[in-house]
This record gives sequence, C-alpha cells and structure tokens, in this order.
Amino acid sequence: MADQAQHRAIEPDDRPPAFSVGAVGWLRTNLFSTWYNTGLTVLILYGLYSLVPPMVNWLFLDATWGDLPAEACREAAGACWSFIHEWWRFILFGYFPYDDQWRPALALFLAIGLLVVSCNRMFWRLWLVYVWLASLVVIGVLMSGGVLGLTPVSTRQWGGLPLTLGLSFVGLLVAFPMGVVLALGRRSSMPTVRAVCVTYIELIRGVPLITVLFMASVMFPLFMPQGVTIDNLLRAQIGMILFAAAYLAEVVRGGLQAVPRGQYEAADSLGLTYWQKTALIILPQALRISIPPIVNTFIGFFKDTSLVIIVGLIDLLGAAKTALTSPEWRGFYREAYFTVAVIYFVFCYGMSKYSQWLEKYVNVGTRR
Amino acid sequence: MTAQVHVERRAVISWNDRRIRAIIYQILVLGGVVLVGWYLFSNTLANLERQNIASGFGFLDREAGFAISEGLIPYDASNTYGRALMVGLLNTLLVAALGVVLATFLGAVIGVARLSTNWLVAKLASAYVEVIRNIPLLLQLFVWYGVITVSLPHPREAMNPVAGVFLSNRGFKLPAPVSDPIHFYMGIAFVVGIVLAVLVARWGRRRQDLTGRSFPSFWAGLGLIFGLPLVMWLIGGAPTALEMPELRGFNFRGGVTISPEFAAVLFGLTFYTAGFIAEIVRSGILAVSHGQTEAASALGLRRGLVLRLVVMPQAVRIIVPPTTSQYLNLTKNSSLAVAVGYPDLVSIGNTTLNQTGQAIEAISIYMAVYLTISLLISLFMNWYNARIALVER
Repeated sequence: MADQAQHRAIEPDDRPPAFSVGAVGWLRTNLFSTWYNTGLTVLILYGLYSLVPPMVNWLFLDATWGDLPAEACREAAGACWSFIHEWWRFILFGYFPYDDQWRPALALFLAIGLLVVSCNRMFWRLWLVYVWLASLVVIGVLMSGGVLGLTPVSTRQWGGLPLTLGLSFVGLLVAFPMGVVLALGRRSSMPTVRAVCVTYIELIRGVPLITVLFMASVMFPLFMPQGVTIDNLLRAQIGMILFAAAYLAEVVRGGLQAVPRGQYEAADSLGLTYWQKTALIILPQALRISIPPIVNTFIGFFKDTSLVIIVGLIDLLGAAKTALTSPEWRGFYREAYFTVAVIYFVFCYGMSKYSQWLEKYVNVGTRR
Repeated sequence: MTAQVHVERRAVISWNDRRIRAIIYQILVLGGVVLVGWYLFSNTLANLERQNIASGFGFLDREAGFAISEGLIPYDASNTYGRALMVGLLNTLLVAALGVVLATFLGAVIGVARLSTNWLVAKLASAYVEVIRNIPLLLQLFVWYGVITVSLPHPREAMNPVAGVFLSNRGFKLPAPVSDPIHFYMGIAFVVGIVLAVLVARWGRRRQDLTGRSFPSFWAGLGLIFGLPLVMWLIGGAPTALEMPELRGFNFRGGVTISPEFAAVLFGLTFYTAGFIAEIVRSGILAVSHGQTEAASALGLRRGLVLRLVVMPQAVRIIVPPTTSQYLNLTKNSSLAVAVGYPDLVSIGNTTLNQTGQAIEAISIYMAVYLTISLLISLFMNWYNARIALVER
C-alpha cells in the first residue's frame, strides 16, 4: 500500500475529466454514447416535441371543462371533459338508481379501503379475514338492498366499477380454492382424479374466455331443470370463476412443483397424513412461491372482466360504451376510453407494483 | 412379525390401507363426475325437447341467409351455415397468423429497446410495455376501432399519404396488382424457394459438421425465397400494372380494402401481444449469464457478434416456451373480434346460434376449433423448442 503511494503520489488534478461526470457525463453515457445513439436520441426528442405539446393542448389547454352542452364541445379543439362531467356517474355506477348511487359508492370505498389495508403486512392477522367477510356482507346489502329500509335493486341494474370489481374479487375468492384443489388433483397419484383435473384445466385453458362466457350464458339455462332460472350476472360470474380456476390451478401447480422433493419426503417420514402434509408443509411453501404469479393472473383476470359486456352486462367499459351511444354525445370516444383506461391502469399498475414488492418481501427468508 | 402384518393386510379390507382408500376415492370422484354430467345431460335433453330443437349438426347444411362483410373464400347469403362458419374460421386464422408475425417482430424490437444503453429509448419502451399491459385488450380494440371509424375522414376527404393509398373511415385502400398468370407461378416459385432454403440449410449444417467451414445458409435461403419469385416475375415480363383505388360516389372502387374491423382487431392484437412478448424477450436476454457476454468479449467478438452468436442462441431457449403461450393467447384473443364486428368464427357462430338455437353445437364447434388450433401451435412450438433445447450429456 505504502509502496504504491510512493510510486505515484495522488495529485489534486487527478480528477475524472469534466465531461465524464455530473450531468454532462450522464448525458454522454446515456444519450450520446455512439453515433447511432445520438441519432436515436435526436429522433425521439423530435418525436416528443411534435407529440407532447399537442397532447397537452388537447388534454388541458384547449379542453372544455365543466357543465357545458355537447355543441360547445364540438366547437372546441381539445378534449371534451364536459362529456365526463355529464356522464361520470353513469360510467361509474351504470343503471343503478340515480338517487341510491351513494350505496355503490360507499361499497366501492369500503372495498378499495379494505384492499389498501390488506396490502399492509401489519394487518395480516386472522381478524382481517372476519373483517373481509363482514364487509362482503355489508357490500352485498348495500348493492342489493331490500333490508334496513334500502330499496331493493335488481342485479340487472348493477353496473360500472362496482360490477367490474365485484366480478373480479368474488371470482378470485371462489376460484382460488377451486384452483388449489384442481392443482392438487393434477399432482395426485390417483389416475382418475388426475385425468378429471387435467381434462378440466386443459379444456378451459384451450378456449377463449368469450366461449366460456357464452357457454355460461346460453348453455346454463339448458342445463338447469325446468323452472329454475339463473340470473344473468350470476351466469357470467360462474363463467368467470370456471375460467379463472383453471388458470389459477396451473399457477398453483407451478408452486407445488417448486417445493423441493425433500420437503415431501420429510413430511412423509414424520408420519403425516396426506392432508396434514399438504396443509401444513407443502401448501404454505407452494403458495408463497406462487404469490407473484397469482397476482399477475389476477391482473389478467381483472382486465378480462371487461369481456362481460359481450354477454350484455354493463361493467365499467360497457357503461362508457353505452354513454357513447347517446345521440347528443356521439363521437367523444377518446374522452370516454381515456377515462376508463386511466381507471384500469391505476388498478392494474398498482397491483403489479405491489406484486413486485411482495415478491421481494415473501422471499426474504429464502434469499441468499 | 413381518409375516403377520403381511397376512393381516391381505385378509382385511381396511380403511387404513392406502390402496383401498385410493380406489374408494377414485370411485367417488368418477361417480360424482358421471352423476353431475348425467344430470346436466338429462336436463338439457328435456329442455331441448320442450323447445323443439333438434340436436345434431344437420343445420350446417341449411341455408344461412345472412351476409358476411368480408372473407377469404366467396360467400353469399344463399350459402350454407357450414360455409359461413368456414369463412369465419379462415378470418380468425388470417388475423391470428398476421398478428403472430407482427407481434413477434414488434415485441422483439421493443424488448431489445428496453435494454438499450440509450436512456430515452429504454424508458420509452418501458412506458409502452407498462401502459399496454395494464389496459384491457377489449378497450384497446374499441380505441383502435374509434380511431379508424370516427377520427379518420370520410372517403371524400380521405388521407392520401402515398399515391394510391387512401385512409378513410371506411377502411384502408391499397393498390392491387392487376391479376396476371405469372402471379400463380410466382407463388409456386416462393414455395419452391422455401423448400430449397430448407435443403440448403441442412446441407450447410452437414458441411460445417464435416469440414468446419460455415456456409451463409441464412442469406442464401433468403435469396432463394425472395429471389426465385423475382426471377419468375422478370421472366413473365415484369408486369407492373396496378389497380388504383378510385373515388366513385361515396366510396372507393378497386384496389385492396382493409376493413376498419379487420384493422382494429389486427392492430389491437399486435400492439397488445407485443407488450407481453417484449417482456419475455427482455427477461430472456437478461437471463443469459453475464459471464457468457464477458467470455465472448474476451474472445474478441464485436458487440453485434456477441449478441448474435452467444447471447441470442441461449436467450431463444428461454424465450420460446412463454412466447408459445403468448401466441396461443393471441389466437384465443382474436375471438374478441366479435366486439367490433369483425366476422371471425365466434361472431359468425353467434349469428348462427341466434338464428338456429343450436347452442350446444355452436359452442362445441368453438371449443373443437380453438382446442385444435391450440394443440397445433403447441405441437409446433414444442417441436421447435426440442430442436433448439440444450442437449446435455
């Protein structure tokens, strides 16, 4: 060490060249490192210059805000936020009776609030499950009414964001246990059980969700004995559940396969029964491994709920599309779809960021 | 002791015997499935009988009586349901095949762009991926459909970026080559070129195995596939006559039409799936260990060669299986075409279903078709995957 210092004394001028550090250095390494990178940067900057200002103009500066008629919008050059002003309650709540729309709103706040709370590790206690169950009951009462002096609202009038969230969360809640059972069945040593599970999973995964929804909406009435009718919403919900269960089963199977063989053997050698082994040793580890892909599957599932408009339900996207069919406000599709896209994006992006955090977090114990 | 246990096991059919339990469980499961199936089946039969619907596929031979806006084979309302469904199937296959090719290309470009050393390029690609992946495909289809049918001008004021190309709210119009017998021979030359390219690639590989000298099979193959039709075209006198679309009255005549519905579905599927493929490509490239890149650089390979000869062959092995499932998703998602009115299999199947009431038959046709397509794509990609997979000891 001392030898080296003697060999060449560090002089005050031995700093890196000014163009390789600081802002200039950053620009040089990240934007102008080679001739083609410089070219690309210039091209992109030009593209941004010609796209971003008109976008800002359209979104904010030239836009029409507040309670204005459609004619005013058509004269303006920018976005017509008056359309959203006029229709936001319909887009959010669909055909739910206008005066009772505080009910879905309250249900929405409850659900989203609980969701945010549930994301927090601090609250992962047993009581949270009870809180969830209680809230689901409250949400159900708020939505359908009929008790406590609330006017009953038929499911045909449900719509908008509560429908989207309801379909996806209730769907996940029911589909998840089904998926676990199917995954266990697929890994079972009993050939019949395995065959039944594999057939179900591959059959559902091989066809588009639309066909499953159609099957639910046109074939379920045929399956039922005479006189029994199933609600259209329930049919779509069952279709979504059948679909989600097959996908979740594959995700859980991946987790089951990732649990080291030694864990199975150790559980066997302790003399645990199959169910003890599965519930106490295997599933906790398998589910921890598969939490991130489960969240990803759920994000896909959440986006897929938009397909229910094809079987005639008015979800968030369906409500926006319905609002566009009103003769006065025809043609403002950009504003409508932009708003809906932002709502979907906030939910999906939030969930995917959370899943990335969760992935790091649940692996703390096994990280090397 | 051992003998005793042995005797006991044989003699008693016990609930504690694992094999006995397994048999009982399986009988229960199978019985349950059969019972539920039988219950649904008998209900269905009773319902069909009450509604006077004859089950079976006989309706496929009846006259359809509805028109289809576009298709690859000639069809009119007097044709049968069977032919109508065939038109739909071909439309599905067309949009799926084009979507797979375009999405692969776009996805690969964006995936590589996310790893670019250029900060702006990487950030833009990331933003693209995040936005596209977090918005439902159906919404994106509606947006594309809106862009084309609402925001583009009427045919009379159609945008005309290149001579002969017209963009209007009735779709895109492109010039079409006037049909010439040489086109048929060019098609044959194209197929022959593909066959020859495969043979050349095989020969090149064998020569490299035997002598160690490499042969530029890729470029030779490319030359054969595109060169032979070109030669054929020149032999045929190089017919350059193009049929230009012309504005007649309220719409264009002549040329090739790309309908708004088809364009919306194709764009939607391509851009959506490309977002997912980009992520697969990115993680595939990142998964190749850094030591490989360093070793290749240490051998003195240039950056481009490192990517082409060392990183990519290893990344492709990781990329192929998840990309397969994206191809399957794209094909299945093409059924969303029904939402914008592109006459795909599901859309025509629904019309059939509504007209005839043959729900079970229509849905079993969907299932059969999509399962077959899924199976074929999986088989092909598994074959490809097995070919490029790492052969270990």
